[in-house]
Amino acid sequence: MELLVFLILFPALAALVFCILPNGRLRDTIVVLVSAIIIAVTLYLFVMFAGAGTVYFDIESGMISQIMTGLEIIISAGLLYLAAKYRQYLIAGLVVVQLGVVLYAESLIQETAALNNLFIDPFSIIMAMIIGIIGSLICVYSVGYMRDYHTHHADMPDKRRWFFALLFVFLAAMFGVVFSNNLFWLFFFWEVTTLCSFLLIGYNWGDEQTRKNAFWALLLNLVGGLGFACTFAWIGLTDPSGGLIMMDTLLAAGPAVAMIPAALIGFAGLTKAAQMPFSSWLVGAMIAPTPVSALLHSSTMVKAGVYVIVRFAPIYNVTMVGYLISLVGGVTFLLASGIAISQSNAKKVLAYSTIANLGLVVACAGIGSYAAVWAAILLIVFHAIAKSLLFLSVGTVEHKIGSRDIEDMTGLLGRMPKVAVMMIIGIAGMFLAPFGMLISKWAALVAFLDAPYGFILVLLLAFGSAVTVFFWTKWLGKLIEVAWKPEPLEVKISNHEYGALVPLTVLMVAVCIGFPLLSSYLVVPYVFGIYGMTATLGQANMIIMVMMVFMVLVMPLTLLHFRKDRKILPRYVGGRPATSDMHFKGSIGVQRPVALGNYYLANYFGEQRLSHIGNGVCIAFIALMLAGILLGVIA
Amino acid sequence: MITEIIFAVGFIILAPFIGALIGGMDRKVTARMQGRVGPPVLQPLYDVFKLFEKEKAVVRNEVNFYIFSYLIFVVFTGALFFSGSDILLVIFALTLAHAFLILGAYATTSPYSHIGAERELLQLMAVEPMLILAAAGFYMATGSFAVKDIALWPEPLFMTIPLLFVGIVFVLTIKLRKSPFDLATSHHAHQELVKGLTTEFAGPTLGMVEIAHLYETVFFLGLVWLFFASMPWVGLLVVIVVYFLEILIDNTTTRVRWQVMLRSAWLVALVAGAINLGVLALL
Amino acid sequence: MSYITKSPWIIHYDGSSCNGCDIEVLACLTPLYDLERFGIVNTGNPKHADVFLVTGGINAQSEAVVKNTYEQMPDPKVVVAVGICACTGGVFRECYNIIGGVDKVIPVDVYVPGCAARPESIIDGVVRALGILEEKRAKMAEKGGK
Ligand code: SF4
Repeated sequence: MELLVFLILFPALAALVFCILPNGRLRDTIVVLVSAIIIAVTLYLFVMFAGAGTVYFDIESGMISQIMTGLEIIISAGLLYLAAKYRQYLIAGLVVVQLGVVLYAESLIQETAALNNLFIDPFSIIMAMIIGIIGSLICVYSVGYMRDYHTHHADMPDKRRWFFALLFVFLAAMFGVVFSNNLFWLFFFWEVTTLCSFLLIGYNWGDEQTRKNAFWALLLNLVGGLGFACTFAWIGLTDPSGGLIMMDTLLAAGPAVAMIPAALIGFAGLTKAAQMPFSSWLVGAMIAPTPVSALLHSSTMVKAGVYVIVRFAPIYNVTMVGYLISLVGGVTFLLASGIAISQSNAKKVLAYSTIANLGLVVACAGIGSYAAVWAAILLIVFHAIAKSLLFLSVGTVEHKIGSRDIEDMTGLLGRMPKVAVMMIIGIAGMFLAPFGMLISKWAALVAFLDAPYGFILVLLLAFGSAVTVFFWTKWLGKLIEVAWKPEPLEVKISNHEYGALVPLTVLMVAVCIGFPLLSSYLVVPYVFGIYGMTATLGQANMIIMVMMVFMVLVMPLTLLHFRKDRKILPRYVGGRPATSDMHFKGSIGVQRPVALGNYYLANYFGEQRLSHIGNGVCIAFIALMLAGILLGVIA
Repeated sequence: MITEIIFAVGFIILAPFIGALIGGMDRKVTARMQGRVGPPVLQPLYDVFKLFEKEKAVVRNEVNFYIFSYLIFVVFTGALFFSGSDILLVIFALTLAHAFLILGAYATTSPYSHIGAERELLQLMAVEPMLILAAAGFYMATGSFAVKDIALWPEPLFMTIPLLFVGIVFVLTIKLRKSPFDLATSHHAHQELVKGLTTEFAGPTLGMVEIAHLYETVFFLGLVWLFFASMPWVGLLVVIVVYFLEILIDNTTTRVRWQVMLRSAWLVALVAGAINLGVLALL
Repeated sequence: MSYITKSPWIIHYDGSSCNGCDIEVLACLTPLYDLERFGIVNTGNPKHADVFLVTGGINAQSEAVVKNTYEQMPDPKVVVAVGICACTGGVFRECYNIIGGVDKVIPVDVYVPGCAARPESIIDGVVRALGILEEKRAKMAEKGGK
């Protein structure tokens, strides 16, 4: 138990320290130190609890709950102040309503001597490792990145103390989310993540657009928060004894009882996981410094959203609500992937791909069968690693080449070989066989096929994954399009940035190779614990996968052979002589550069067009779901 | 296990020759349709052997790595298929192989190859859904993804998933690089993209691409055959008819723009998939 | 045994010609002559080609292109100059912009005279070129073997 409390409190306390420490070497060292401690403790947690199944911890909740309520009121007051100052009346209204609902619900529920407020099970461990290891690495990376960031944006006020404090509060809150069994607690941490993301997105507060995006993110997440808060009202009204406030009791009660809260929490999860129609906040959040994006996308925030949905997956199994949630996820997967085709801004591509992949997780969780949950958890893991790696490498590249446009990354493999290779590994991990995501996609497909009416999801997945292949491959292509050997740009990448990039790359490869272990030690016990059966890759398929991984890893060795005694021919530019750096002799003897651009097909896969469709369809599904619940409540 | 390995090895050894024979017949029939005599039936083999007689010349050394990987993974795909493995894995391996081919074209950093690569990507995107849906259809019809189980299914699957069969035949045109869908690169001479995707591949590098293509042809015809696996001879007949149809289409149509290709391929996949899988799911 | 003579692929470049020879080259592909009988394919891509057919003389504009195209072809390769213009400059020889026949720019292996060269003689020239191609290949293999 101490471990859990430590993981929640330690980053929070560290955050206090960062509020005070000035910029400088000392702070940087402490950031690295704190991150290292978090990683170490997370690993220890894994060792301690990996085989232990589900363990509950009794904590006297009275006092702590009151503190949480107090903090919630303070946070609300702060948000109200900001909302009033910037005339965000909608937000102000939501904050008030939400607080009202929560306080009302609390008054309904007599605080029983609630026990088992904290717990840990294999799924929590997986999430904790994602938060602890990836999140901490991102913090380390931030040290180097933010230094560069402020040299690039010299006119901005340097609020780095604040920044690091928030990062660690974020991690603390995420640990809280995954360890809480008491839904009140979970909700508290949930709201803290909303707040942190709001503040981090608005890091460059002086900028009008930044403020707008930050408030937008806040608004949408508050809508979700309201859905979550309604759960408490429902619990308060149906079961004043407060037993259902415990997640395990609620889940054990089964769909007959828990359908309504599951739907409400699912709704909250959809907002936080940036599913259509709420996806715009995550895209807007790109305006924040890159480590923030990395954090939001890989280990925190959106992962909290899918976490609760996957938690409630058993309730969704073979229900209308679950199916509708699945459809929202499936449609989001297809359309967000489509939008990614039309984007040349690397961060936006990553954003849409995150939205898409979370859609897939949500689709699996909504189906809620054992195979689907197995796939969903694996997706979460692979996505977290690959996405953080990609964001961080894009961030580094952006600072060195001064652009985050994929077109400007042409031939990056020549200019920044190391970082480019990491990026390539990240991209390959996102969509290529035999790497992680693909295994999960395979599993998802199998799960959909076995579900009733799953064939619609199969259709969405089939088209969606085709689209995915398109936009990732063309990005990969840009990276390897090296025309000549240019000046290396890698000389001045800070150790902190490497300190995060290298472990993440290693982790990526390790998880791809070692995923059978991951599956059998953590995912399978969790799934088995709930359903009494589990999905795995058959042994024959496992062998094939391993063979493919091996082949892909060995292939680059052939370069040694192909480097030898080849004659190098000039490239073909319609018969005109071209130099080795791809300038050709145009008409009247003028040298012109060859410019190679990718296809973006904006007329067909445009952001506007597809997000309108997606929003419309998903709003319809969600409305249907909420209407269904309302009917349920009335009846 | 042993039989599976035998099948895989058999494929690896025999497929290029069978593929070459098919390719030779293709050229012969095409020539006859145009009122010509045409090359010898073994011409595709001569072509490949010739390419390996040529100088080892490249635009960039790395290109060979991608192309070699392409070849290896195409062979792997086919071997998986003919040894009766999971059909989804087969499809994913094929996608990986094609990703390597496309990367090889990108790596040349040449304008014609670049556009060829983009178009090949479009082709990949056009075909992928149909392949996955066909796999889904096989699963829904037989309850297994294993090609072995599908092949041993007592009834012809064509009866249960006829629309998916039509869809596969449709995308076959794209996969075999036949007109009107030979956007990325074509067997026919003189086109606006020079040779598109393969423009910068010379000698042995091109040879590898050609061999891969032979393997691929056999693999795809195998996929067509799978719909009739319970009646092997009928299946063979269907394969011949389908391939003849492809040649006919190849010779009677002109190339379309990518929009038409993508739309039509997706439409076919959507209609075939939705109706056929839907009917299977609801029955 | 060598396969290069069984599958010679051609690239055809039309220099400063009157297009008469150009049309004759294309005529070789028609059913009447059917070059593909010999496994010949008109690739239009120097990287794939073994035989370089040039029609017309070389002028200041086409000089660079002919050179570049020749350079791009992997060994072994042969050049066939088709038509009297390609052989010597022909009727355009005295023009201010004409450099001369193809052999002023790249080495030519076979000369096919005629104005325009008849398809039969073009095919004849290509088949003659195959012998040279085979010789070159043998030489190359020998050098590689050493
Ligand atoms: S040889 Fe005669 S037909 Fe041929 S290009 Fe010259 S002028 Fe024209």
